[in-house]
Amino acid sequence: MNSILQRYSGSNAGGLSKSTIDEDNDFSDAMWGSEAGFGTLAKGVPGFVVPSVPDPAAFLRLHTDDHADPSCRIKIQHGTTTLAFRFQGGVIVAVDSRATAGSYVASGTVKKVIEINPYLLGTMAGGAADCQYWETYLGMHCRLHELRNRERISVSAASKYLSNLVYSYKGMGLSMGTMICGWDKTGPAVFYVDSDGTRLKGDLFSVGSGSTFAYGVLDQGYRWDLTDEEAQELGRRSIYAAGHRDAFSGNTCNLYHVKEDGWKFIGNYDITKLHYEGPGDVAGSPGHGYGYDMRVEGRSSANPPEAPAQA
Amino acid sequence: MIMPDMDSLAHPQERRFNPYTENGGTILAIAGADFSVIAGDTRQSEGYSIQTRYAPKVFRLTDRAVLAVNGFAADGNMFVKKVKQRLEWYHHAHAKDMPLRAIARLIQTMLYARRFFPYYVYNILGGIEEDGTGAVYSFDPVGSYEREACRAAGAAQSLVQPFLDNQIYFKNQEAAQGTSHPSHLPLETVLSIVIDSFTSATERHIEVGDGLEIFIALSKGRTLQGMESIRGLQELTVTEDGERLFVMRRDLKKD
Repeated sequence: MNSILQRYSGSNAGGLSKSTIDEDNDFSDAMWGSEAGFGTLAKGVPGFVVPSVPDPAAFLRLHTDDHADPSCRIKIQHGTTTLAFRFQGGVIVAVDSRATAGSYVASGTVKKVIEINPYLLGTMAGGAADCQYWETYLGMHCRLHELRNRERISVSAASKYLSNLVYSYKGMGLSMGTMICGWDKTGPAVFYVDSDGTRLKGDLFSVGSGSTFAYGVLDQGYRWDLTDEEAQELGRRSIYAAGHRDAFSGNTCNLYHVKEDGWKFIGNYDITKLHYEGPGDVAGSPGHGYGYDMRVEGRSSANPPEAPAQA
Repeated sequence: MIMPDMDSLAHPQERRFNPYTENGGTILAIAGADFSVIAGDTRQSEGYSIQTRYAPKVFRLTDRAVLAVNGFAADGNMFVKKVKQRLEWYHHAHAKDMPLRAIARLIQTMLYARRFFPYYVYNILGGIEEDGTGAVYSFDPVGSYEREACRAAGAAQSLVQPFLDNQIYFKNQEAAQGTSHPSHLPLETVLSIVIDSFTSATERHIEVGDGLEIFIALSKGRTLQGMESIRGLQELTVTEDGERLFVMRRDLKKD
């Protein structure tokens, strides 16, 4: 057991290999096998290849930052709405599923909730690969924590592990804004972690280009003593609002609920369908569409009331 | 005495490290219930000039996994070479082929290892999963990935993907009264969709054309139903379990 632990737990974060010419040198024995596809991680942290230029971060920005330069070659997927909040019944996590590269919708089926383990969820905003990779990596270390200490890692410790890790790469161009959500000894917990190194404990967060729209609905409807049904409906309704008003968010909403016995996937909801028909036959459903068309029916200038018959 | 060229010193000059170029072309993969189709055109270009009319972009990795790469050809070829090397090592260590979902994760870690000096390649991995289902995985250049039913990438992505959304996912289509849209299409339909995608992309995109290579991975026990009418079909491998891999080559317009 110890030998297995040692193989994985080698060095701490911050292993950047400066060699560009011959990265083959740092192949470990583990790479001959599979190591669950994480062969490169066997030494703790993978050796990253860095271009041999005076300022590698500027090089990366030149070729990948489509905000500053839309004609840059490598488009990293952006644009998102994610939210998570803590309440009496646990944690609600809701996200959209749109990925954009410039103005092109690169995918409408992205899984922005990363299932770290049965008790921990992470959300994805910013660089899709950064979030997916480091949160998977976090999952491995949470498991190692369980093996060493014979108890589950706290949400606080897990989020701090991630925060310290991304902080060691500060200025290198990582881009992630994530919420680490789960249930531990202290009850439901939500931590916001981003690639600047910020780590915040809180009850309610929303991250991404559509976050302002989501906050609008969320702040209005949030109470600690929300029932499970009300809370799920609030998460869904907030992502719908962001999908409706933010061009970079949309397609579908994925909803998760974390309780004492771990997270549960509640459902996937088409945002266009939410607008016209509502979420359908689910807990907390209003039984009609979220769009305001039905509320102004016959009462606005766009669809005026029937003119009274001429006398 | 030779005077230094004062003219060149008068103006500031900027030099940058630019190791990337774009070589055009398009790739496409569609998963069926018990098969997977992975295709790509064979034109390689830089700017407005065609460098070659036959540069493969689709590669056999194992008897049940095929990888398509698009973007910067030099990066793509090197990346495929390294993936194949890792798969060979795996084969020596475990005396079996790496399963498809493991290859997908391997590709993620290999792409992410170059997070700060990325491979300029868009990858699509297709093949047969251990449970016998057809699968497609698509990747961004730094390794984020997702399993999907279909995906187009490359120069004509924005021409082909909407067509696929309509024909494969039946997006924005209402099923006729009392019927529903099929969740998986038969191979015959998929192949004709692939061929139509590329002939149409060739018509409307200057970087697409010359030739078309289509790989077809069949799950074990599947008959050749739907492939009878295909000309120029070549069987590449058949596993002990009965999984089969085929390739078919077609001409596309060369203007």
